[in-house]
Amino acid sequence: MRRVRAEVLSTRRIGAYHQLTVVAPDIAERARPGQFVAVKMPEGRDFLLRRHLAIHDASPRGGWAGTLEFVIDPSGPGSRWLSAVRAHAFLDLIGPLGKGFAHPRRLSNCLLVAEGHAAATLYYLAQDLVAAGKRVDMVIGAATMERVLKPIEAKRLSQTVAIVTADGTLGDRGEVLDALPNAADAVNAQVVYAAGPAPTLERVAAFCRERSLPGQIVIEEPMGCGFGLCHACVVPIARRDGSGYDNLRTCVDGPVFDPARVLWDRWLGERPTMLPTPPEGLPVVRPWPA
Amino acid sequence: MKRTITVDLGAGLVLPTPVIVAAGCAGTGRELSGLVELKRIGGLVSRSVTLEPRKGSPPPRIAETPSGTVWSTGLQNPGVAAFVDDELPRLAKGGAPVLVSIAAGSLEEHVRLVGALQTRPEVAAIEINLSGPDDELHREILGEHVDRTGEVVGAVARMSLVPVFAKIPIVASHLVELARAAVRAGARGLTIGGPPQALGVRTADLRPALGGVTGWLSGPALKPLTLRAVLEVARGVPDAPILAVGGVRTGEDAVEMLLAGASAVQVGTAVLVDPAAPVEIARGIAAFLRAKGASSPAEITGRLRVPASTDEAAP
Repeated sequence: MRRVRAEVLSTRRIGAYHQLTVVAPDIAERARPGQFVAVKMPEGRDFLLRRHLAIHDASPRGGWAGTLEFVIDPSGPGSRWLSAVRAHAFLDLIGPLGKGFAHPRRLSNCLLVAEGHAAATLYYLAQDLVAAGKRVDMVIGAATMERVLKPIEAKRLSQTVAIVTADGTLGDRGEVLDALPNAADAVNAQVVYAAGPAPTLERVAAFCRERSLPGQIVIEEPMGCGFGLCHACVVPIARRDGSGYDNLRTCVDGPVFDPARVLWDRWLGERPTMLPTPPEGLPVVRPWPA
Repeated sequence: MKRTITVDLGAGLVLPTPVIVAAGCAGTGRELSGLVELKRIGGLVSRSVTLEPRKGSPPPRIAETPSGTVWSTGLQNPGVAAFVDDELPRLAKGGAPVLVSIAAGSLEEHVRLVGALQTRPEVAAIEINLSGPDDELHREILGEHVDRTGEVVGAVARMSLVPVFAKIPIVASHLVELARAAVRAGARGLTIGGPPQALGVRTADLRPALGGVTGWLSGPALKPLTLRAVLEVARGVPDAPILAVGGVRTGEDAVEMLLAGASAVQVGTAVLVDPAAPVEIARGIAAFLRAKGASSPAEITGRLRVPASTDEAAP
């Protein structure tokens, strides 16, 4: 882990997202797929905490310096500031952070499942798996065509790609979970890697359990620091020996976890997603304290 | 004139600088070492340790707010036995003095916690987290009651072989009385103080931002609240050193706390953003001392020029 002042080499729009390339050789040469960096935000009242960006690509040996790439979804004030950053600006980065993905030792057929901009971390993994001689196939889902991250890149990295969008503007209409069973059968998937919103990950976990497939998922939980100081970003993870669970920090013990060990009900049970408001009116909120 | 940045809190406790990492922001002793030179930090307060292991609050546990965060970890910790075996030696390894924060809901638990820490040479001081519930008297916040604060601090101080600091909630209505009770009961000093309770709301799904519903406010938003509390306590309980915590992000903030009456400051949220902040802040204090021709932080403690009578200024 290093803290560096990194120059932004270039930025570019990719559909609904922004790609940021920074010069950070100290981090790039240590980075592994699945890891992330913590970016300091500008001084002011709007932001306080660092933002945490999954590494989309790392080139440890460039022509003159190692670079890192990130994909930013400008959805909140912090990510909007980051997507407006120009070339030659300097960012204060700490990284690489977290534990990355593990490769299967004997199994070969890896199915990568991503929703939205979370695909960024899996493209980095795909390169790594291909380099290790594994077969890579992908299922990519998003709300619209603009939110499908680099479909051509996905094709280049994998044997087959199934694309689904909620509005049908690219690929089939539907969700990743609709395409997952067919894709898994067609390519004889032996290992599943997934990244995306928590409800999608929960359904991927259920799918893996049903099919007895080993898997790894990347969890995004709001973080305070990103390097283990504050115990804010925990998720409940079952112990290996079955003696209960621990609230583990996604920043140092993750963000990659075994989906079979995540206690989904405990983690998400209190957090149903209710977007948008259903036609029958506002949902009934559980009285507190319950 | 020999200039120093060390702070002597009495009872043998000398901090290398007046900037300490606040409770809950020093990780488990492993995380900070690569990001900041621990020798140049005034001290580390451990996360609050309880008698039994605690899993803490359900996630999410943190939400950003204007100039602050709302957070609640629910005192996640491995329990005092595992803490003493595992975490404490690691925290102490970097060379910064370790202040162990303890939290309990009963008198007996407090005493047993001190008992477990008593024999450990790594413990430089004990800080009592008084912001938790009182299980015996069924009160929401133990440290908001003068009688109980005196009782608990007294029990801890009588047993402890190291200086004891009582962390008083800054929004408590009898702040000065609470501080006085703690010092009378044997506290060497006061940590001012415990954060105010807070709520974050997520409009998208009509839910509280935190899994544990309410939490605590931290960050720059707290600075004026802390300053006022420090001034009140420094004037009301003049002999007890104060560790100011809440809203310190820069050297300037720290100097303000010292002027208001603090002997040292604790830094929490700022460390999460910039792990080297304690060193930077100490550097800022040193620059101020130099500019004012002061030889030590103690020389500017409580030097805020408060008018003798403020009757006319009162609304």
